[in-house]
Amino acid sequence: MQDRIKYWRGIEELENTPEFAKHAHNEFPEFLPVKETSADGSSSGKTKRRDFLKLMGFSVAAVSLASCEAPVRKAIPYLNKPVDVEPGVANWYASTYFQNGNYNSILIKTREGRPIKIEPNPSSKLTPTGTSARAQASVLGVYDINRLRTPLIKGKEAEWEQVDKEIKARLGSVTGKVAIVSSTIISPSTQQLIKEFGARFGSFEHVTYDANSASGLLSANGGVVPGYDFSKAQVIVSVGADFLGTWIAPIPFAKQYIKNRKVTSGNPNMSRHIQFETALSLTGANADVRVPIKPSEEAAVITALYNGITGQGSAGNTPAAATKALASAIKELKANQGKALVVSGSNDAGTQAMVAAINSALGAEGTTIDTNAPYYVKQGNDAAMIRLVNEMNTGTVGAVFFYNANPVYDHPLSAKVVSGLKKVPLKVSFSDRVEETSALADYIAPDHNYLESWNDNEPRKGYLSLTQPVLTPIFLTRQMQDSLLNWSGAGGNFYEYIRNNWRKIASAGDFNKFWEQAVHDGVLENGTSMMTVNNTFTAASPVAKPVKAAAIEAVLYEKVAIGTGDNSNNPWLQEMGDPISKATWGNYVAMSQKMSEEMEIVQGEVLKVTTANGTTFELPMLVQPGQAQGTVAIALGYGRTIDSMPVAKNVGANALAVATVIDNTILYTGPVTLEKTGATSPIAQVQTHHTIMDRLVVQESTLAKYKENPKEVTEYIRLATHEGPAKPATISLWDDYEYKNHHWGMVIDLNSCIGCGACTVSCHIENNVPVVGKAEVLNRRDMHWMRIDRYYSAVEHEEKDYETMEHPAENPSVVFQPMMCQHCNHAPCETVCPVAATMHSSEGINQMVYNRCVGTRYCANNCPYKVRRFNWFAYFNNDKFATENYMMNSDLGKMVLNPDVTVRARGVMEKCSFCVQRVQLAKLEAKRENRRPKDGEVVSACAQSCPTEAIVFGDMKDPESRISQILEREQGERAFHVLEELNVQPNVTYLTKIRNLA
Amino acid sequence: MISCIVKTKIKVFLAFLIALVVSFGAYAQEASEQADVAQKGVVPGATQGATAAASTGGLPVDDVAIVDAGESLFKNNCAVCHSSGSDVIVGPGLQGINERRSADWLQKWIKNSQALISSGDAQAVAVYNEYKKQAMPSFAFSNEEITSILTYIKAAESAATAVTTGEGGVEGAAPGDNIGTDAIGAVGGYLDIILVVLIIVLIVLVVTLLLISSVLKNYLNTNRKLNEYDQEVVNPRFDFSKIYKSSAVRTLVVLIFVVVLLDLSLDKVMGIGIQQGYQPKQPIAFSHKLHAGEHQINCNYCHSTVYKGKSASIPSANICMNCHSQIKTESPEIQKIYKALERNRPIEWVRIHNLPDLAYFNHSQHTQVGGIECQTCHGPIQEMDVVYQYSPLTMGWCIDCHRETPLNTEGNAYYDKLVELHNETSKGAFTVSSNGGTECSKCHY
Repeated sequence: MQDRIKYWRGIEELENTPEFAKHAHNEFPEFLPVKETSADGSSSGKTKRRDFLKLMGFSVAAVSLASCEAPVRKAIPYLNKPVDVEPGVANWYASTYFQNGNYNSILIKTREGRPIKIEPNPSSKLTPTGTSARAQASVLGVYDINRLRTPLIKGKEAEWEQVDKEIKARLGSVTGKVAIVSSTIISPSTQQLIKEFGARFGSFEHVTYDANSASGLLSANGGVVPGYDFSKAQVIVSVGADFLGTWIAPIPFAKQYIKNRKVTSGNPNMSRHIQFETALSLTGANADVRVPIKPSEEAAVITALYNGITGQGSAGNTPAAATKALASAIKELKANQGKALVVSGSNDAGTQAMVAAINSALGAEGTTIDTNAPYYVKQGNDAAMIRLVNEMNTGTVGAVFFYNANPVYDHPLSAKVVSGLKKVPLKVSFSDRVEETSALADYIAPDHNYLESWNDNEPRKGYLSLTQPVLTPIFLTRQMQDSLLNWSGAGGNFYEYIRNNWRKIASAGDFNKFWEQAVHDGVLENGTSMMTVNNTFTAASPVAKPVKAAAIEAVLYEKVAIGTGDNSNNPWLQEMGDPISKATWGNYVAMSQKMSEEMEIVQGEVLKVTTANGTTFELPMLVQPGQAQGTVAIALGYGRTIDSMPVAKNVGANALAVATVIDNTILYTGPVTLEKTGATSPIAQVQTHHTIMDRLVVQESTLAKYKENPKEVTEYIRLATHEGPAKPATISLWDDYEYKNHHWGMVIDLNSCIGCGACTVSCHIENNVPVVGKAEVLNRRDMHWMRIDRYYSAVEHEEKDYETMEHPAENPSVVFQPMMCQHCNHAPCETVCPVAATMHSSEGINQMVYNRCVGTRYCANNCPYKVRRFNWFAYFNNDKFATENYMMNSDLGKMVLNPDVTVRARGVMEKCSFCVQRVQLAKLEAKRENRRPKDGEVVSACAQSCPTEAIVFGDMKDPESRISQILEREQGERAFHVLEELNVQPNVTYLTKIRNLA
Repeated sequence: MISCIVKTKIKVFLAFLIALVVSFGAYAQEASEQADVAQKGVVPGATQGATAAASTGGLPVDDVAIVDAGESLFKNNCAVCHSSGSDVIVGPGLQGINERRSADWLQKWIKNSQALISSGDAQAVAVYNEYKKQAMPSFAFSNEEITSILTYIKAAESAATAVTTGEGGVEGAAPGDNIGTDAIGAVGGYLDIILVVLIIVLIVLVVTLLLISSVLKNYLNTNRKLNEYDQEVVNPRFDFSKIYKSSAVRTLVVLIFVVVLLDLSLDKVMGIGIQQGYQPKQPIAFSHKLHAGEHQINCNYCHSTVYKGKSASIPSANICMNCHSQIKTESPEIQKIYKALERNRPIEWVRIHNLPDLAYFNHSQHTQVGGIECQTCHGPIQEMDVVYQYSPLTMGWCIDCHRETPLNTEGNAYYDKLVELHNETSKGAFTVSSNGGTECSKCHY
């Protein structure tokens, strides 16, 4: 008998807790929030008849009064219209996003001179498709109302002239060392400028550190990140490296990784991915084999791999749980010489040196590691930073500049940084707001947002790109490089500086032409390199002593959206569900179910975490299937307490104190003790909000079965009739639609979807979807038009097989399924709407008409996919949401809204529209040019931002289109409709996930 | 009670009066529209007889395609400063330019006049000095494009001579003049006043007559002995007042009144938010009648994105300056533009056409793809001194047009297959709505 796979989305669903059962049957957990609107706070909460009549009378009077005279609206044209700006027509500029290792070559969509959307730059070879969620959301940064509007001197607003005068004078008489502290800078011109700036001082140092450091990796590889190429690897073994989510360069890595994971019946081969890790990461969720290990066992696992592959060294004490997996990993790695890659997320130089040795033994150099093209996206040198902190404390530092660096918040030695800063006479920050570090600075010379700046980038050797401004600076800020040029007395501006720098690499001929082309393309990827890395590390220190098997080992990790906290004031990222835990707004102590049962803690209970150095903080507990036993995981990037980040203020706690600093090495793990506080703080998860009632919605199979017969990997439900089993589509009450012109559809390959969530943020931005905040997410009123359902699964064994039966939540497999309106041809929502506010179009789109909707919510009740969202409030111009949803509540924030999409009013339903505004625009463009639309011109926001091309959108009537060809190829093999048995005939097709199980 | 009825009666009467006046007004308007159509009909007629070509100077004036191409280039680029006739706008009128200058010289001049002037060309310098040293911008036209423009000018000359010779009796009323329309409009206003005066006189007359008759009746009844016959005449047994005092009649009157009132108020309520006829005062008294009507400046010249984008765009001050740096610089209205430029403050026009945010409208879809004239929605804009909202801009109005208008599918490969499919299954016209143009998501998203 075949083992049945059981799917669940959260522990509550697996256990079927009473609360889950209650919500499972209620689409809407609460009644309309009528009480919340009655200001008098009457205890009954009921409106009296007379009050009702009075109110009604008043409303009628008010309406008739208001309608007497329409408000006078102004139409204000440009005074001098810029040549290339046409009102109502979008302009696109190529640029580059880079922040804390997260690199993306991008196109910026601007309307009337204001950036409103970010898309991938197809000219780039490094990131031609897709963006990260963070890059998507970064467009809001420029409209952040909490940015500094002028420079500050000792916290007081000042003029630039004054700042320049004072800083120049003080730099002239500086004694001691001058240091610039920055996070990784991948701009060759900026690096050079900093070098020139420092040349005039007797003692100068540019110290780079990363909030989530890769110092160990750099140290073991000559100061650079090896040029990993996952697309060449048939076997990938990762020990704690979340390379699809947060490690080094996730977007390029995801692109490379997925190349060998896409299967067709013509080419049924895929790479094999084995992951050893503590917390369940995005990468672990995509692995074929995942082994939970404790952080203290990482070194042992790598030693075992090293011994197994090189045949040297003595046998270590390999963790029992990993023995079997290790043995098979070693076997497979050895069998794939030159096609194998081992990566490790450890920040320990010794461990990384061993990984480098393993890769070299596997013949990875020149194959899966491009030795000519290392990555530059992480350059932080922990030893240098620690040395500088010590120097500051001894008082030998005369001046320190902070550029994109906030060590008071994100360096484990933050207390020493604070005490050291008191002894530095001149402290200057280029921060765009008053944050933890800049609050202690004498001067804040606010830098431009990257959308207002010129810059060049070299994220990987030979891959150059440019950043160009897309709007004039909103505030009286100045680019950091211009400030340095001013203070060094060199003068000029950074734009000219970059241009001069690029003259060196220009091809022969007219430089202006070359430059225009480079700015237009955004990238120059012909192998030319400008970066000179001079990152000296002391010899790799020996493996740091593994933490003594204390009661509980904690591990720190970055969340895909929030990272190390630079973007934590971005509501879109805060509201984006974590790919794994589906939690929004805050961090938590994640532990396995077994551990929580042993400790008798329930989810949401607040724990007091005490770290090795005695620091304490409080966070709620979250049950995380797949978390290694005896460990907890806590996300970085939370616990902001500053006023300039109101969105992130008091959300979660800063857990950096968990990190262990041994000599010059920072390890993002450490022992902790946990105590119950008795308090509870619910975690706003979106995972089980929209339940699908145990129906067959995701499908998966194994590569072996797929190779054997691709026609049997997908289960097609057949209905029993008196004539035998029948396809559900053959039994129908409805007439089918005839599509003459277009038939829009979408195909989602579950094998390619890595669950990163970029599409959900992209959808949010494109369609003006409101952010509702933690309280409303807890009320199950999140507004995401698109969600990625994360299913845990485990094989349900037959009962007699007690031995192998483990708890299903111990180490489940994970499937990601993007879910949005399926645009059913026989849509259940359309038939129940009493006012015909949702209808089918002649192009296959299920249309939602906001101005017709009266808010009965029948449609949402009747939707089997649970993709309809109700506007419980007016989220715009509403003080209740002024903080969380500032892009609809402040003049500046509103600039980011898409002017082609209606901002929905209170009381109406909304849902995915297949980006109908894009469909319409593309059709119009085609008509204007007297032709049919070309495939690829009509792209929905989610498909465009997908780094792995898991989502394909197009016209199913066009036989040449990619979607038609995929559907033709996969029909009867991997293509299936979710809930086919309902015969709603969706226009969204999914492709079965294939796992490469041994 | 009685007073109430009296009031009601007066109201009904008033309502009737209003209806009367309004319908007369409407008549007047209709009349003016008809006249308008009649007057418009003259214009296409004027272009007849263009075939009567004189010497063409080697230009292909018979090639309609070239002339058309030249016309659109001329109107979009040249017409702002040059007329095709002999009048001077900013630069000289171009009538006879093909005879005055060599083709080679013209090519050079149009592509870069400054280069020609600085090269010391005598003709170029002379022209430059004659027109106040106002430099003509350079145009990146191809040689063929310049030829097509010149051909158009040539063709226009021949057409003009044909018209003047053919219609000598029109007494100099150039096409595009709207004297007739104005006259009718003025008469319409005049009629209204006469009507109102007449009605007031009539009311006074009726009231006076009634008073006289009642006085006479009283006198006869009290002071005269009347015989039976006279008695019958003075005090008829059949009392007319019984009719209007009968409850049936009263009910009917009240009913009619209520219906009229309801209808009126419903109309009003439905009209909330409809700003048809909205004619706000603008910060600068810009006249479309002068610019678009008399000077025939192409709409696209100022509303530069009307064929490209969603918005037709209100011209920026620098577009005004293309001409008004030279023309009518003393006018106080134009001084306002200078002031705006000096103060670096944009001009705040009052928006006339306000679609609600929930409706998406794209100009280029209608103008470029649909081939619809601006006047179809905006009315006789070339006759408006102050622009008003001509169409109701209601959804019903949009939908009506989408239902009735055949799609402009000619020469557009987008529609080729669709037209075929449509003709196979239906005999009706291939309208906007038969291509899904009345579906919700075409305008609401």
